[in-house]
Amino acid sequence: MKTVYIYDAVRTPRGRGKKDGKLHTVRPVDLAGSVLEAIQQRNNLDTTLVNDVVLGCVTQVGEQGGCIAKSAALYANYADSVSGYTLNRFCGSGLEAINQGASSIMSGYFDMIVAGGVEALSRVPIGSDGGAWMIDPDVATKTHFVPQGISADLISTLAGYSRTDVDSFAVESQNKATQAWEENRFAKSIIPIRDQNGLMILEKDEHIRPGTTVESLSGLRPSFLEMGTKYGFDAVALQKYPEIMEIEHVHHAGNSSGIVDGSSVVLIGNEESGLKAGIKPRAKIRSFSMVSTEPTIMLTGPAPATNKALKAAGMEIGDIDLIEINEAFASVVLRFIEETGADLGKVNVNGGAIAMGHPLGATGAMLLGTVLDELERQNKSTGLITLCIGGGMGIATIIERV
Amino acid sequence: MLKIKLDENNIVILTIDCETKPMNVIDKEFVELFHQKIEEITSDEKNQGLILTSARDEFVAGGDLEMLRSINTAEDCVKVTSLLHKALRKIETWGKPAVAALTGTTLGGGYELALGCHHRICINKPKAKIGLPEVTLGLLPGGGGTQRLPRMIGLQSSILYLTTGKQLNPEKALKAGLINDLVDSEDELIQKSVDFIKSNPEIKQPWDEKKFKLPGGEVQSPKGYQIIPASTAMMNEKTHGNYLAPKNILCAVYEGCQVPIDQALEIELRYFTELVLNPSTKNMIRTLFYGINECNKGQARPKDAPKKAINKVGILGAGMMGSGIAFSTAMAGIPCVMKDISEETLERGKAYSSNVLDKMIERGRCTPEKKEKVLSLISTTTEPKEMEGCDLVIEAVIEDRALKARVTKESEDVMPSDGIFASNTSTLPITGLAKESQRPKQFIGLHFFSPVDKMPLVEIIMGEETGDEALAMCVDYVRAIKKTPIVVNDGRGFYTSRVFTTYVSEGINLVTEGVNPALIENAGKMCGMPVGPLAVADEVSIDLIYHIVKQTVEDVGLDAVDKKTLELSTKFVEELGRLGRKAGKGFYEYPESGKKHISPELEKLYPISKEQPSLEEVKDRLLYIQSIETLRCLEENILTTSRDADVGSIMGWGFPAWAGGSIGFVELTGVKNFKERCLELEKLYGKRFSPPSILDKKESFYS
Repeated sequence: MKTVYIYDAVRTPRGRGKKDGKLHTVRPVDLAGSVLEAIQQRNNLDTTLVNDVVLGCVTQVGEQGGCIAKSAALYANYADSVSGYTLNRFCGSGLEAINQGASSIMSGYFDMIVAGGVEALSRVPIGSDGGAWMIDPDVATKTHFVPQGISADLISTLAGYSRTDVDSFAVESQNKATQAWEENRFAKSIIPIRDQNGLMILEKDEHIRPGTTVESLSGLRPSFLEMGTKYGFDAVALQKYPEIMEIEHVHHAGNSSGIVDGSSVVLIGNEESGLKAGIKPRAKIRSFSMVSTEPTIMLTGPAPATNKALKAAGMEIGDIDLIEINEAFASVVLRFIEETGADLGKVNVNGGAIAMGHPLGATGAMLLGTVLDELERQNKSTGLITLCIGGGMGIATIIERV
Repeated sequence: MLKIKLDENNIVILTIDCETKPMNVIDKEFVELFHQKIEEITSDEKNQGLILTSARDEFVAGGDLEMLRSINTAEDCVKVTSLLHKALRKIETWGKPAVAALTGTTLGGGYELALGCHHRICINKPKAKIGLPEVTLGLLPGGGGTQRLPRMIGLQSSILYLTTGKQLNPEKALKAGLINDLVDSEDELIQKSVDFIKSNPEIKQPWDEKKFKLPGGEVQSPKGYQIIPASTAMMNEKTHGNYLAPKNILCAVYEGCQVPIDQALEIELRYFTELVLNPSTKNMIRTLFYGINECNKGQARPKDAPKKAINKVGILGAGMMGSGIAFSTAMAGIPCVMKDISEETLERGKAYSSNVLDKMIERGRCTPEKKEKVLSLISTTTEPKEMEGCDLVIEAVIEDRALKARVTKESEDVMPSDGIFASNTSTLPITGLAKESQRPKQFIGLHFFSPVDKMPLVEIIMGEETGDEALAMCVDYVRAIKKTPIVVNDGRGFYTSRVFTTYVSEGINLVTEGVNPALIENAGKMCGMPVGPLAVADEVSIDLIYHIVKQTVEDVGLDAVDKKTLELSTKFVEELGRLGRKAGKGFYEYPESGKKHISPELEKLYPISKEQPSLEEVKDRLLYIQSIETLRCLEENILTTSRDADVGSIMGWGFPAWAGGSIGFVELTGVKNFKERCLELEKLYGKRFSPPSILDKKESFYS
């Protein structure tokens, strides 16, 4: 098996995923094209050395449909010889692109690839691709399907996380992200988005809300209360979890991941391909994992995925210097910390998706870039990236600086 | 059955008249004939249109359940159903207009015939009902109803009507889009039908148009993605996965609305066939349709006993039960006199009826005139002698033997010598009470359920000496007040209270074993009971349970009661004052502001074990214990028919309808499997689960 090296990582800033979000006027193919172009340019990369562009994208309909990875590669002027592949592993898509890419390189199928993801949630809303699991009454009934927010509230109810617990975590995420931006800690990876005339559209993460406090969050109404109580989803969850009488709804827009637009890519390859391209590796991939757990509670995959990746790397949680776990919902992170015994001081040190947003298919690759930048800044060695995924899945990747 | 008439405009009037049946219903013979007639009509070039109507007050009341019951193979089901599909598709695609001229009630298969026409006009009879109630008997509208209705009124409202079986009167049906027009008379009905045909000589169903779009949004559209997942979750919230019919309806709508109508009908037919062959459906039909109908028709009434007029009913006691009985009696147009020792209680008793009637007026179900009439039938008195002239006296005083003996005597002194005296006791054996009667043959139990105006069942209890005349009059009376009678023999708790108590006791046993109370309550609800056993205990009040158990110990001895129930209720009542909802605390706490919740004290009294049983195990315990007790009632001849057992269990205390009742559950499980599971449960939890020997004697309780 060949060792997989990480040569570079870039991302767009994340625009608020609404009509008045700065990136709402930018097409997803343009977002992906921008990061593809940037990673090529700053590495002076001969794209004929790149075998494949793998992009995670969750909602592959409309302008995100028809294999956006290949469209974006062509649009970004990659050589005709570069193939393209779009995959959907829900929220794990961006990291899955990297892990599958890594597998291809390890096996010798590919030598060098660009892997990442794209999602313009303001333009192609989540769920607009339907899907049997959610829509088909037979499948939904059989599997006790509930929306993720209900699952997040189920996690907090079972674990006894109060509204204050989850809100305090959210405030931390905002504070850390605010400080990270103030200190320009993301500068290495951020590719500002400009229009065709060179005018700036967005240069910083837009979703972030500095100055958020537990008090300011306390006024927000739980987002999934109505869905759970009026539309029957709480009852469906209780049919799987009859040990509780009811679900306490504590998650809301302020302690759940933000809806945003964005894209990110990572350049990975074997040693020879880097030599050919004349670039130096920044890190290598130690191990990665994919697990699947009970689908109704759905968001408990990160801990088992982490344990599996640690085992594959012959490591323990204490051997990891920095951890990026996707802040899909506050309770997901709290439960992950409790289950793995991870050191709070190593987790999401620059904030996460609660503050900066979660562009579904792009997030995994963004987190990898974030942890790599921070390892270099702190001059540390090992980093773990993990995400919870729809359907009960979980994904993790461990990297080490070289 | 089907009469054809051709009018001067060459319009065919096809009139349905099922002469041999009390109502127009669709059976196999009808379908075959209908198909044949439609083939004839549509192949005759000169015919310019079709009016489908009825010779009866109703259009068609629905499909014939006897036919559905007799279907035992998928092939048979497909054969007869697809013939109906074929006939309706012929009407739709004939090219000439077809109008459903509805003379009144149009339900189930009848409404599906109407949906197969291009236009629906109904006579505005306020009592007529229109809708697709199949789901209530575990079925779905198999004649295209799940496909044509959403194509006509959209996903959201069609799912509502299909999954709830909601029926509308003609005015509301017009508003909901179920029909297109209303008329006031039969002449106008035909005239308007003719007018429609003349002005629409060429017509297609909207869903046969190339550019047809589902009104309100397609399945695979943002709107569909909003409606369908929520409908599914709300359905599962209600059914807990126990009922197949609503799920199959949603599936048929979801899948069928994505393909053309002909393929859609194939999909519907698959889901329909699955339901027709489903044992739970057969049980539901047996109990909810045939069982209840047989009870309502008075099958339990002794045939030879002469019918006697009930000119006046006496009611002793103007509490909750007495006032409810008075209301129901007066609603049936029977004069009644309510007696109590306190004028104030009598006032309140009469106000009860007045309040119920006011609420009915608010909902448009009663008029102020009717209210006055009903109230005028209820008189009140403090004098026992007012029982004079009462053909039936119902005693609803508190459960005190001495008091009951006194009021029995007082009444019998003045009642007609052939009058019947009934006790509405729920706990005291009738034979014992009858000992104080001068005429034990005319003494009987009439066990009403609370609140009387809402609860549909009355349990008639035969004392050892109760005679046929008493039973005959009580069956007649219960039918007159539009309730459903079951007849049982005397014994402690009779049938319903006795079996229902086991549900509560099993809940109590589970608590004392350290099972998580949430799991107990959820298991109760998830197996299909209306509420969990602990919530029920709080509602009926724990001191009542305590008193009943204590009384039983006094009367029969310690072996006759559940030990854990005795212990827990004694502790709750004597030491803790946890009497249930009325005391603000029982198994639950009832804060003045805020929702009731399981009391945190409960865990201190009965710590929750680390090892918890599975949900299935708890559900089994809660259901099996009730069916076992029902079997014992059969064994001891408290019950004489499985029908009364099943009807009584569903209507009396809300035993899950999906099983078809507490005996239905045994049948559904299979007698052999049921017995084996009993033995397992007995091993684990004690002899209360030991299989009654009647299980060895029968292969089925309905053959």
